[in-house]
Amino acid sequence: MTTTTISVPSVSGAPLATGVGGRLRWAVSDTLVITKRNLIAYTRIPEALFFSTVQPIMFVLLFRYVFGGAINPGHGISYVNFLMPGIFVQTVAFGAVQTSIGLAEDLQKGLVERFRALPMARSAVLVGRTLADLVRNVGVVIVMTGMGLLVGFRPTTGVIPYVAAVGIILLFAYALSWGFALVGLSASNSETAQVMSFPLLFPLVFASSAFVPLTAMPGWLRGFATYQPVSVMVSTCRALMIGGPTAHWLIQALLWTVGILIVLPPLAVWRYRTRTSRTA
Amino acid sequence: MSYAIEVADVKKTFSGKLEVRALDGVSFNVEQGTVFGLLGPNGSGKTTAVRILTTILTADHGSALVLGHDVKKEAGLVRSLIGLAGQYAAVDENLTGRENLVMVGRLNHLPKLFVSGRATELLEQFDLADAGDRTLKTYSGGMRRRLDLAAALVARPTVLFLDEPTTGLDPQSRNDLWEVIESLVGEGTTVLLTTQYLEEADRLADTLSVLDHGRVIAEGTPIQLKAELGATVLEVGLSDHEDAGRAASVLEGVGAHTPNVSGRVVDVTVDNGPVDAMTALRSLDQAGITPTTFTLREPSLDDVFLALTGHRTEPEEPEDGSEPKVSSGDPDHPAQSESTPIPVGGNR
Repeated sequence: MTTTTISVPSVSGAPLATGVGGRLRWAVSDTLVITKRNLIAYTRIPEALFFSTVQPIMFVLLFRYVFGGAINPGHGISYVNFLMPGIFVQTVAFGAVQTSIGLAEDLQKGLVERFRALPMARSAVLVGRTLADLVRNVGVVIVMTGMGLLVGFRPTTGVIPYVAAVGIILLFAYALSWGFALVGLSASNSETAQVMSFPLLFPLVFASSAFVPLTAMPGWLRGFATYQPVSVMVSTCRALMIGGPTAHWLIQALLWTVGILIVLPPLAVWRYRTRTSRTA
Repeated sequence: MSYAIEVADVKKTFSGKLEVRALDGVSFNVEQGTVFGLLGPNGSGKTTAVRILTTILTADHGSALVLGHDVKKEAGLVRSLIGLAGQYAAVDENLTGRENLVMVGRLNHLPKLFVSGRATELLEQFDLADAGDRTLKTYSGGMRRRLDLAAALVARPTVLFLDEPTTGLDPQSRNDLWEVIESLVGEGTTVLLTTQYLEEADRLADTLSVLDHGRVIAEGTPIQLKAELGATVLEVGLSDHEDAGRAASVLEGVGAHTPNVSGRVVDVTVDNGPVDAMTALRSLDQAGITPTTFTLREPSLDDVFLALTGHRTEPEEPEDGSEPKVSSGDPDHPAQSESTPIPVGGNR
């Protein structure tokens, strides 16, 4: 072997962490390495790019021009203004499926096996995955904002509430990623992860106030549809983007998001540990 | 002499729908700077042993030390000293070869500048310099395995674990990989490799243990093992079953072992290959039997098993009771013949 002139901290093997500070610094570095790796991969997987860009655009066009004419949101609001906050939430919710697919694939292909034999932080695989999905979602909301303006969406509340709404959506999306990380860690392969994800998503996304006013739904459905997290998020964003009473919804939205973030990440970490220490 | 790997009475059972005892009291020691082979068929516990030693799994019982460090209590330290490559440790197919190496280097907390130089050096050493900036989707099976091995070497591990490094590779790629592994050993790296191929263990391992159903059923140097077995196997193909039966009784007189008949093929272990082959040909000729094929080959793992356990290796149990792996883009698991037939008077 040719020897390089670059010096190494130790002659062979990886350097060792010293103290809590050192370990923490390396945990952050590991997480960033994994985040970067996932982001590079997204740009090279056509399906992932499709889900992040083409699919949301198709939904906007579908509801704006095909179904929209038949839906009257009432209160003198134009349908496109009613629709766009809903499409934002729907898009990031669907996007969270990518988290489950990505993790299931890492497990399936044995990458997690390699990671587990490396002296890296155990948390980095999951945090790196959800962070990469957060970055992807930032791109998605930018595309969606452009698309919305193009089809006639006119936010009425100004820039700051709009940015706040987008911020809330991203936070919710991050929380959802953890939920779907749990799904991905429970699936035997990426196809199963996808199949498991959609039955969870469909009632949340479609039995919600995202596309139609809740008054159009039968009473038994309306109860669920009013208080489930996607509707709460949509109502919050509507209030922030096109006006209306805000505080009531904003509190509920934050409660849901924080609640999910308290419950699901520990479950996902637990699933990651048990899953990878028992089987392939 | 100090040991790089010490394994004492390790047991591991997988619970689940079906309880699988993957390791049932396995012990072995590996001296520093040597190559140790774990030889066994699918489901014998090889991969479980590697997983335990690389801290991926924990044993139910017994102790496992790498360079004197307990793999369970000092897992972090052990991880910084070892490298893992093989059929189950993967590389990221969405990244380029270089990106993969840099990622592993960074996850080993090596400085950026060093990792970048090391990646270039490894890509050259493994004949991947031209492919280094292409994504792995474009790599052949052999290239992937080389990159996988390179990834395991980024941090210059003291102990290297290779889990079936050449399973499913074509003979040329296998040979290339063997040469790489041999050069590593020259540098003093301790290597533990698992394999289903006696030929591979024979070529690479200084000492080896044969695993069957989670137990060590034989251990020693390849020479010792083969000596116990008889050096080579004479395999004679006949035109029909009747001839096969007659040939078997003729070959009974050649060497000290009993011939096996399977279909139209008769094989018999012989101690003195070429001489016994000549005797066999003469005897067959005298009996008026004309073989359709006549080969002298290295004993396969199957022959070793037959000799050691009285049963043939059982086909295709899933290793470790785990789900079967779908290694996408890597159609790499054909049932390969255990050894390449060597013509009479061949290279051994």
